[in-house]
Amino acid sequence: MLSNIGICLIILVLILSFLIIYTASIDLKISREAIKKNIYKLSLFQITFTILSFFTLIIGFINSDFSLINVYENSHTTKPFFYKIAGTWGNHEGSLLLWINILVLFSYLFLVFSHTHDKKFRLYTLIFQNILILGFLFFLLFNSNPFNSIYPIPLEGLGLNPILQDPALAIHPPLLYVGFVGCSIYFSAAMASLLSGYGGKSFAQSIKTWVKISWCFQTLGIIVGSIWAYYELGWGGFWFWDPVENASLLPWFAITALMHSLIVLEKRNTLYYWVIILCLSTFTLSVTGTFLVRSGILNSVHTFASDPSRGVYILIFLSLMIFSALTIFFLKHKKETYNFNLKSRETFILANNWFMAFFLITVLIGMLYPIFLDVLTNEKISVGPPFFNIVIIPLVVPFLALMAIGPKFGWIKSQKKIFNKILLLTLGAIVINLLIVYFFGKYSLLSNFIFIAAIFLILYSFLDIKKLINNKNKTELPRVISHLGFGLLVFFIGINHQFSLEEDFNLKVGEIKKINNYKINFEEIKIKESKNYKAIIGNFKLTNVEGNLVQYLNPEIRIYSNPETLTYEAAIKTKITSDLYLTMSNVSRSDYYNIKFQKKPFMIWIWISALMITLGGFIRLTLKKNED
Amino acid sequence: MKINISKIIIFSFVIFFLSIFWQGLKINNNYDTKSLIGNQISNFQLAKLDNNTQYISEKDLAENTYTLINFFASWCSPCRNEHKYLLNLSNEKKQIKIIGINFKDKKNNAMNFLNELGNPYDFVGTDSDGKISILFGIYGIPESILVDSDLTIIKKIVGPINQFQYDKILKLIQ
Repeated sequence: MLSNIGICLIILVLILSFLIIYTASIDLKISREAIKKNIYKLSLFQITFTILSFFTLIIGFINSDFSLINVYENSHTTKPFFYKIAGTWGNHEGSLLLWINILVLFSYLFLVFSHTHDKKFRLYTLIFQNILILGFLFFLLFNSNPFNSIYPIPLEGLGLNPILQDPALAIHPPLLYVGFVGCSIYFSAAMASLLSGYGGKSFAQSIKTWVKISWCFQTLGIIVGSIWAYYELGWGGFWFWDPVENASLLPWFAITALMHSLIVLEKRNTLYYWVIILCLSTFTLSVTGTFLVRSGILNSVHTFASDPSRGVYILIFLSLMIFSALTIFFLKHKKETYNFNLKSRETFILANNWFMAFFLITVLIGMLYPIFLDVLTNEKISVGPPFFNIVIIPLVVPFLALMAIGPKFGWIKSQKKIFNKILLLTLGAIVINLLIVYFFGKYSLLSNFIFIAAIFLILYSFLDIKKLINNKNKTELPRVISHLGFGLLVFFIGINHQFSLEEDFNLKVGEIKKINNYKINFEEIKIKESKNYKAIIGNFKLTNVEGNLVQYLNPEIRIYSNPETLTYEAAIKTKITSDLYLTMSNVSRSDYYNIKFQKKPFMIWIWISALMITLGGFIRLTLKKNED
Repeated sequence: MKINISKIIIFSFVIFFLSIFWQGLKINNNYDTKSLIGNQISNFQLAKLDNNTQYISEKDLAENTYTLINFFASWCSPCRNEHKYLLNLSNEKKQIKIIGINFKDKKNNAMNFLNELGNPYDFVGTDSDGKISILFGIYGIPESILVDSDLTIIKKIVGPINQFQYDKILKLIQ
């Protein structure tokens, strides 16, 4: 039943997309001011049916309707209600439907909210967006249909991969999708702008809000994913330079560059073609990322979502996208002349763009090099953290400094004298850095530079905040918060990296292990039966040298029944100044357990500062037009 | 559209990228190092675990009829399971020398491991950061590589050695 309803709805959406493209192309030739009412109605129907189809699938999951293959493969009657719903997008087919929902939603919202802009431009945007929608609808129908049915109907489902049964992961994909798929609207808008000749300042204004929205959600989505990796994967880290994490970083670099250069286009009416390139590449990189992840070309923690036959389809789609974008771009491209003064804000924003481009290319090379080598020479390698750390980290130093200084310059040509302030703050940063070295321990020369640069940015941001409060000026607040967040992020990651304590050892019940100032006492093992798994829980008493209790830690080994999987749950105690982290794994045919103990200073502050970066973006969304 | 060099370059770049992706879809991604069989071990140098001034290199291996290179660590629980087979092998078969490579481990832990379970190795080298093991195509331990006197890899065992693998090794070195 649900299968038929779902497929009907999808076909209706498909027909509506064709109709929208058709009526919009006719309306293009009519020289009237307003867009035909019909197009609004068609779009409204389109979004309604799309959302309905998604709800149909959710209902299938809630009711455990195993006549749908998708539900059968990814759900189970004993699964908690919350994860039944989250299971809807926890698999390839369902997430593709979510992807289409967002494409359609953005298409509709753009149509409704862009009424102050040129008619031709809006219609072209609508047409391109609907071509994208069609592409993904065909993909869904012919390759990855979540509404495919199965007969005879199985009595029980196969269950959701237990590592996906986590609150952070339930919201991680929707956030990322709003972020990544949201980019589609200014991909379409950029193509439309080239074709309709509606460029410059007004183009910047038309896509500004959409860029901000997708930037905020992308950033938040990446952070939530990282939090999930830290708490659930139990590897004791928060960023692994895993291919899929890298895939999510690529569009983020592009969109961050876009968000900055868009300001230049809006205020100074220059850099138009550069902004167009960034608009086009942000969504192209999103689709490339999806291709690499879903086709299984890259191996990583996300390979549960891979299948080569999908790859062929996405690759064809991606090729069409790139070639049409390039062709239209080259047809319409004219030479732009730039006239930037060195001491102006636009120069610094351009510098930001060069850094972003550098980071993007570095990550891209690190990600694609193994694939290229495999294809061309049949050699298997993997590019790991050392590559990224060596190439990226040194450049973070000037990047941080420019983040502090850049916004101080005015547009066109700045006369401000800020040299004394910079000197003073640099001295301040050096002193604070020396204090850290003196009290907590030495680190490498490069780390010294990074700490100094980060502290410099933090100090400068605090000065800015003080000034903002005095002037009661809100417009600069989002920028200051995001930049401060970035400074703090680098600072806390640095502290965390330098002063973490990590120890690996084997222990059996009743034994005590001494580490630095701590004693770990393995007191007992308990077995707990839960709804969908059985858990072996270790009880570890952590005391300091004087014997005072610091913390009880209870890591678990979980044995899930549907599907049968072992997961290792780390015991993580988060405190204001540090995280205590302990995992245990069984050593077969032995009473010993392998224990990994870590003390990670300021873990929570890494999340807080990362969230601050996003917070800045969200605040900017709430500012009224004239304040922005 | 006027055709010029930069456009041609950009287009060919895109085509190159996309065709690599296309080819990439066809290759099997299950990382399989069986293809290493028949290859020769190339230059390597390993420091001894308990004495950093002593080294072993591929030249020393050429003196043995057969060499089994075993990658292990104290933190690796399957390594404990295969240990008895390694001990048997070193006690009973004189034509095979066993080299242990201690992978991403701490020296003290590794020494304790060998004291507790016995030392089957003729030489224990250390690879504390796991870089040399990459040369041997190691991506998870335990793994073992059987090499003959020409330094050619004749067998590669991914995962712990069990009775089945043990018998196979015996057959190969007869």
